[in-house]
Amino acid sequence: MFSLLDAWLKGAVLEVQEYVRLQIATIRGVFSRPFYFHDVVEQFEQIGIGSLTVVLLTGFFTGAVLALQTGITLDQFGARPFVGRLISASMVKELGPVLTGLMLAGRIGSGIAAELGSMVVTDQINALRALGTDPVRKLVVPRVLAGFFMAPVLTVISDTVGIIGGWLIAVFQLRVASSVYWTSVIDGLYLDDAWMGLAKPFCLGYVIVTIGCHVGLRASGGTQGVGRATTNAVVASSVAVIAVDFFVTRLMITLLY
Amino acid sequence: MERPDAEAPVIVVDKVSLAFDEKVVLKDVSFTLERGHTKVILGASGSGKSTILKIILGLLKPDGGSVFVNGERIDTMSETELMQVRMDLGMVFQEGALFDSLTVAENVGFKLYEESTMPPDEIRRRVEEVLGFIGLNDFIDRMPSELSGGQRRRVAIARAMAAKPGILLYDEATTGLDPITAITVDEEMVKLRDLENVSSIIVTHQLRDAFFVATREAVRRGDGYEIVAADARKCDEAEFIMLKEGVVAFEGNAAELRAAKDQYLRSFLS
Repeated sequence: MFSLLDAWLKGAVLEVQEYVRLQIATIRGVFSRPFYFHDVVEQFEQIGIGSLTVVLLTGFFTGAVLALQTGITLDQFGARPFVGRLISASMVKELGPVLTGLMLAGRIGSGIAAELGSMVVTDQINALRALGTDPVRKLVVPRVLAGFFMAPVLTVISDTVGIIGGWLIAVFQLRVASSVYWTSVIDGLYLDDAWMGLAKPFCLGYVIVTIGCHVGLRASGGTQGVGRATTNAVVASSVAVIAVDFFVTRLMITLLY
Repeated sequence: MERPDAEAPVIVVDKVSLAFDEKVVLKDVSFTLERGHTKVILGASGSGKSTILKIILGLLKPDGGSVFVNGERIDTMSETELMQVRMDLGMVFQEGALFDSLTVAENVGFKLYEESTMPPDEIRRRVEEVLGFIGLNDFIDRMPSELSGGQRRRVAIARAMAAKPGILLYDEATTGLDPITAITVDEEMVKLRDLENVSSIIVTHQLRDAFFVATREAVRRGDGYEIVAADARKCDEAEFIMLKEGVVAFEGNAAELRAAKDQYLRSFLS
């Protein structure tokens, strides 16, 4: 029993140590040469443009269903015209960043873990090193930069289409006047909310990609190991999205409100 | 990187040991590789053959002993320092380890595209040259998934030699190939050694391929080349090492290996 606990603790400490080491190497790679600019551009396209469809659909239907659900509740208080305020505040502060984060965890986190994991088990990572190329600079740095900068962009897009989805339901289902909806949307937004909604996706994008890279680069055991790494990356980054969201929210409330 | 003394060994492995947890993989393994020579490392699966190559490349650190490449001690180097040492090393991995997302040309020219200042036109010419050398010029724009197993190994050899390294390490380069394709790969190794003066370490458990490389030589004939039976001096330059459970069980040339009386060697050779 004690030896099992001992092995588990050692494993956990090793994982944390390797994750921290990867982050240090990544940050060093961002600020020193060689810098693989072409790969950075490619990852911006893959992570940014590639995730657009899923983020658009998720954002739109979230805003729409939020309008449907809150419309019923607000009706009980005769507050149906305030549906816009509720949707904008919910989307910008919480649902936009978190749902975009979860979608990215599923799409990007898993993809990165599977790609890097496959490269590890087929010796491609060793081949990179043998050819004199640092895998962290070549593979991790471009993905981390793309995740860090594209997650906020995708979140803003998700927020926007979510509010548009809510507008469609408000106008055609709840029969709220368009001008009333948009006035309510603007009334419900404060600058501090926008800061909070923008700060979160930077953290979430960074965490999702670094977890995907870490888990992928530590894959072992052939194709079965790649499958395991992919599952672990999605589970770990999804949990991390929720956890990081909580801590960033707590921090931002302390700093802004 | 400064070229070392032409007479000095290009690789020195001195009493190298390595264990993973309780399992001893290598124990006091020592050998040297002279410039332009071949060292063939034989042994059963799991005997530590591939591990030696990874240690020489700096992909693994030994627990004990020292490793010198071109006169520089590499087992104490950082990853950044090792990048410089690897400029003169090429490795052909088991299964080739080609980059799936890149074409044959991009794979072969990878080191030159990514880690050199050579102009793209010149890199393309060098890629065509090495692909011509291994007879795969028609496949230059194909993806690795469109190649057969033998073609992938040959592209891996082309990738390893593109930057003109002085030392090539072959990890089971012919394992799993049919005899005809394996001979083609063997001939590439002989050509690189004799026509390009590349020093090589060949890890294999395929005796036929090991003896082929050790007992043949490539000679120029006009614009081409020919693979012929090697003379006695050339045969002596190819040395064999037999690993048994991480320990060197035999070291000598092809004739000495054939004449060995040791029961394990006999059973391996039979």
